[in-house]
Amino acid sequence: MIDLVWLIPALPLLGFSLLLLTGKRIGEPVAGYIATAMTGGSFLLALGVFFDLLSRDGEERQVTVKLFDWLKVGQLDVKVAALVDPLAITMVLFVTGIGTLIHLYAIGYMHGDARFSRFFTYLNLFIFSMLCLVLADNFVLMFLGWEGVGACSYLLISFWFEKESAASAGKKAFVTNRVGDFGLMVGMFIMFNGAGSLTYLGVFKVADAGGFTRNAATAAALMLFLGACGKSAQLPLYVWLPDAMEGPTPVSALIHAATMVTAGVYLMMRCFPLLLVADPIVFTIIAWVGGLTALFAATIAVAQDDIKKILAYSTISQLGYMFLAIGMHANAAAAFHMITHAFFKALMFLGAGSVIHGMHDEQDVKRMGNLRKWMPITFFTYLAGWLAIAGVPPLSGFWSKDEILLSAYEGGGLGVTGAKVLWVVGLLTALLTAYYMSRQVFLVFFGKERFLHSVGSGFAPMHAEADTAADEHHANGPVTPHESPWQMTVPLIVLAGLAVVGGAMNLPFTKSLERLAVWLEPSVGTHEFVSSGSTKFVLAIIATACGLVGIFVARMFWLQRPLDANLALEPALLKRAYGVDALYSNIFEKSGYALANLVATVFDGKLIEGVVNGTGSLVKLVGGNARKAQTGFVRNYALVIAAGAVALLTYALVRTL
Amino acid sequence: MLFATTAPNPKAYLIVAAVLFCIGAGGLLMRRNVIVMFMCVELMLNAANLTFVTLARIMGDIRGQAVVFFTMVVAAAEVVVGLGIIVSIFRSRRAVSAEDASLLKG
Repeated sequence: MIDLVWLIPALPLLGFSLLLLTGKRIGEPVAGYIATAMTGGSFLLALGVFFDLLSRDGEERQVTVKLFDWLKVGQLDVKVAALVDPLAITMVLFVTGIGTLIHLYAIGYMHGDARFSRFFTYLNLFIFSMLCLVLADNFVLMFLGWEGVGACSYLLISFWFEKESAASAGKKAFVTNRVGDFGLMVGMFIMFNGAGSLTYLGVFKVADAGGFTRNAATAAALMLFLGACGKSAQLPLYVWLPDAMEGPTPVSALIHAATMVTAGVYLMMRCFPLLLVADPIVFTIIAWVGGLTALFAATIAVAQDDIKKILAYSTISQLGYMFLAIGMHANAAAAFHMITHAFFKALMFLGAGSVIHGMHDEQDVKRMGNLRKWMPITFFTYLAGWLAIAGVPPLSGFWSKDEILLSAYEGGGLGVTGAKVLWVVGLLTALLTAYYMSRQVFLVFFGKERFLHSVGSGFAPMHAEADTAADEHHANGPVTPHESPWQMTVPLIVLAGLAVVGGAMNLPFTKSLERLAVWLEPSVGTHEFVSSGSTKFVLAIIATACGLVGIFVARMFWLQRPLDANLALEPALLKRAYGVDALYSNIFEKSGYALANLVATVFDGKLIEGVVNGTGSLVKLVGGNARKAQTGFVRNYALVIAAGAVALLTYALVRTL
Repeated sequence: MLFATTAPNPKAYLIVAAVLFCIGAGGLLMRRNVIVMFMCVELMLNAANLTFVTLARIMGDIRGQAVVFFTMVVAAAEVVVGLGIIVSIFRSRRAVSAEDASLLKG
């Protein structure tokens, strides 16, 4: 079964090619079902590979499947090969699994869009790139997937490119990611320089044998982390993710919540052997960047009104948690949270999409309210996601977040500076997370039906171009929310189930119940928690209490008080997300523009053009003067000849004298 | 043999040649008429020929005289081409002044 692993990325690639060539003719909805089937097929194959791996012993769960040679230049030998190991297969399973659900959802969500089949073409290309990223056995192939998902992210964020904001959001994501990609590439150069190979196993073998100097390993690790920060939207490169919400909601769920943004976390877990030989300061940096991002993004999410922006900042915050865990060496906890987060955040994004769909492209939570009456399925599934992310036991988020907080609590023993502070930061973030998610849920699903008053006031159809006269579904008029079609509700229900019971894959009670940690051990190593059972219990109580406090505070303000009374809770600074965007645009955009202007006017305008035009004018000047010698009068020429002859003779005579 | 004792000094021929050459060069530079200029060129060529012959005599070397034949052949060829050009100038301009044919200038 493992030999067939190449089929896993091949199926979405096939779907992509098929839809690229014939997508327009196939049209809606068949194009969507084809794309869904391809991703679903990948998922089934991945399941097969998973069970094949499970049937093997722990040491044999790492197989390299070579397809063909790719680049062979001097010392560099890159093969197209898959490294099939527990980490890769875990990633493949949730990428294809959640990917299939979101494909199905998108059939309903994108109904009536003019570029329906184009959307699924991109989605399948994305799945292929993502699988390439996680299955690659070397950094180069991984980088191919890394850039592939970046390109798909760009294409899908600006899918409704008729909207100026969507087009520029796509560009912003692309450009911001370039900063991180630069780091990733430099990291690869350093590793190749040190190890002479770019396969994971080759690099890590050299790293284990002490082949890297400490400085080289530290530099490589930090550069890789810079790449991870770009892709996974960590400080200071997070700014693109909130804007990425301009894309269609299935894209936000698939790419900007569940899969692509976790690529940075995956990279860090994958490169863990390298991190271990680097200076321990690397772990401190990772942990602090993660912790601070978690808190920072959570505070911004508190004051956002756009239903998707709240979720976007929440995603940044949760990704911060994962990096916090990696900083504490707790890879399994990071992977655990990555998976549960993929469940509940994809669920909530899809729920938000269902709300937006049902509300006819309304995204402002303050214009919603009491939607549980109109959209019961969306409401109940959303509840599961909300309670999971708020860390209410026994839902999945509780278990995974608890492990991260526990690892932070113990992190001091591993030499991470300020681990206890980070633990407090994590708790604060948990409180804020519970608060802003509850605020959103209360505003959307409870309270008064505010949309009844705001009809027509700020109503902006999102894919207006896609609407045709025949498409009565998106027609303008009084807003009457409605429940979404089955293609959208089925994925919601499945994901809600996973968000509720997902924690079961890694329960902290006994070693045998930590199934995920045991399963991932061949890939990411072990991480033993040292705290006693009772300490763990107390810590869990504290974390849960934080979540509950957040929920109750939100209930106090947003459920029991009128909306206008809460304005003080949302200072303008937070609404503007601390003005980071303006700051970046002041620093980078303006200075970049000034620099480009300078180059254009001074360097290009004066220097380059001066040299080019100067050459021309010089030739013209010399020629203009020299041509005057040609008078056209024969006697002048004769005179010159005579003078020349005289001069030669004179010279000859003088020499003989 | 009769005139052998009264034969002039060969150097006198060199002087004659120099005078001829200068007359030719001066005429070439000063006259406007193309035919006259052409004749001046011929004068200069023949001055050179005279020099060759004289020096051949002085040095007792036959090669100087041989060169003169080459010069005469080249001069004959030059006359053919040169007169052809002059005729064509005359046809187009009805005059043979060198000042008129000055179109080819910078």
